Amino acid sequence: MPTSINDKLKREIIIDHYSSPRHKKTPENINDYQKIHMDSVSCIDNIYVYVKLDNDKIVDACFDGVACAISTASTDILCDLIINKTKAEANYILTQYLNMIYEKDFDDSVLDEAIVFSNTYKQAARIKCATIGCNGIEELIK
Amino acid sequence: MFDPNKLRKDFPFFENVKKMQGNNLVYFDNAATTQKPRQVLDSIIQYYSKENANSHRGDYDIAHLVDDKVDKTRDLVSKFLNCDKREVVFTSGTTMSLNLIAYGYGQKFLTKDDEILISEEEHSSNILPWYEVSKKTGAKVKFIRLVDGKITLEEIKKAISSKTKLISLAQVSNVLGYKIPAKEICKFAHEKGILVSIDAAQSAPHMKIDVKDMDCDFLSFSGHKMCGPTGIGILYGKFELLNRMDSFLVGGGNNITYDTGCNVSYLYPPEKFEAGTLNLAGIYGLYAAIKYLNDIGLDNIENYEKELKDYAIKKLSSNKNIIIYNKDSETGILTFNYNGVFAQDEATYLNSKGICVRSGQHCAKLLNDYLKTPATIRASFYFYNTKQEIDQLAKVLENGGNFLDAYFN
Ligand SMILES: Cc1ncc(COP(=O)(O)O)c(C=O)c1O
Repeated sequence: MPTSINDKLKREIIIDHYSSPRHKKTPENINDYQKIHMDSVSCIDNIYVYVKLDNDKIVDACFDGVACAISTASTDILCDLIINKTKAEANYILTQYLNMIYEKDFDDSVLDEAIVFSNTYKQAARIKCATIGCNGIEELIK
Repeated sequence: MFDPNKLRKDFPFFENVKKMQGNNLVYFDNAATTQKPRQVLDSIIQYYSKENANSHRGDYDIAHLVDDKVDKTRDLVSKFLNCDKREVVFTSGTTMSLNLIAYGYGQKFLTKDDEILISEEEHSSNILPWYEVSKKTGAKVKFIRLVDGKITLEEIKKAISSKTKLISLAQVSNVLGYKIPAKEICKFAHEKGILVSIDAAQSAPHMKIDVKDMDCDFLSFSGHKMCGPTGIGILYGKFELLNRMDSFLVGGGNNITYDTGCNVSYLYPPEKFEAGTLNLAGIYGLYAAIKYLNDIGLDNIENYEKELKDYAIKKLSSNKNIIIYNKDSETGILTFNYNGVFAQDEATYLNSKGICVRSGQHCAKLLNDYLKTPATIRASFYFYNTKQEIDQLAKVLENGGNFLDAYFN
């Protein structure tokens, strides 16, 4: 996905992943998953993040709980990006994502739809929401 | 004459911070904390720049000035509440005051056969200290049933039993802004031998309080929610109760004598509870804040906030997407949601339009079981807010569904 996608499309992508997230669920075979609880005093978001590993490979990732548009959409998109990746590949993607959020240099070639969050810095109070899922996944695959 | 626009000029904050995200700044988070007038800031600077010394029997003039101010502040607070000076304890705020009651009275005197009555509408600072009492003593914490978000004497009558020893309630809820019938509750409770603790964090800044008339046993509030500094607050307690209570802080300034055999003679209240160097700058600031509020008049503040609240309801009611949860509450707290938008996202949108509100559970997580929404937006007014600011809120909310504008404009 080119970085130049317009704002209208970015908004549509966020709304789409917020109103119909693909990965917002509690897994049925919950015992096959690593799980982490993520919440914060600075926002209402309160989610569980789940990752299923097959040795070094992430075979599934999902999340569930109470979450705003930004945390829901960002976590959902990141789940999309890391499923079927190795831990190392996933870590690289998450690092690029965080670099983008924190306005550092980043490799946009791996971020695909996650690029829609490049404006998060405009609402500093929501950086926590855009990173809560990312931080959870990072914890689980480090 | 009460004039909010004139009063605003006393606040350097409004002079210094005119814009947020390119829009006129509107500060509607007064239930969380309030802005500070110049008089309060000057008083704090006066302490640090002219009278900086420790209190408690300093033997020189400047230290005496500090002791004098501590004394005068206690006096001013006692008049503010209509109580005896010995019944005014300096704490760090409402949370510490409530913890002090729970520790000093609850943990000392309650047992496994006793019950403590609170409501689901309480701030966590008026819930968790009682849970600790319960853990330590076995006393049970029970909840009053809310009727449309309100606490009524009828429901309190139903909720008490012969085991109830203490009721602890917010005089004004930080979530919905309803007032409780505090005087009637105290009268009824005392007939049953039950003590009443009042959390006045959201009432003391906004309405006149008379603890003698109300006849509560304890009352707690924070300076920072009433134009004062952070880190200073008050616990009022009837002297006889304070006298029987333990302090959870001991050390410098709260004892008269001790020997090497662990024998201590503690001072009488209130000093008994004030171990360690007090927040002296905070006390200077609180003094100025109470004087400032007295000069405006608590009745004027209360009436004007009600006027703002009614105006806000009128303005927002024409917007079909706004759900208001507390139309009929009497204070300046407006709790609402924008249809279909998560509260936090809407609050971010309001931020992008210059408006400071709070989304969330307001530390009252339990209440959301009653409101049936995971989160709400709270706009809370103070005497320096204006109808024009409410117009700005109403206008911005006309477009409240486009909450992603916050990121893409
Ligand atoms: C009703 C109520 N009680 C207690 C508190 C806690 O006050 P503080 O944080 O100043 O101790 C608050 C503050 O939000 C409150 O609204």
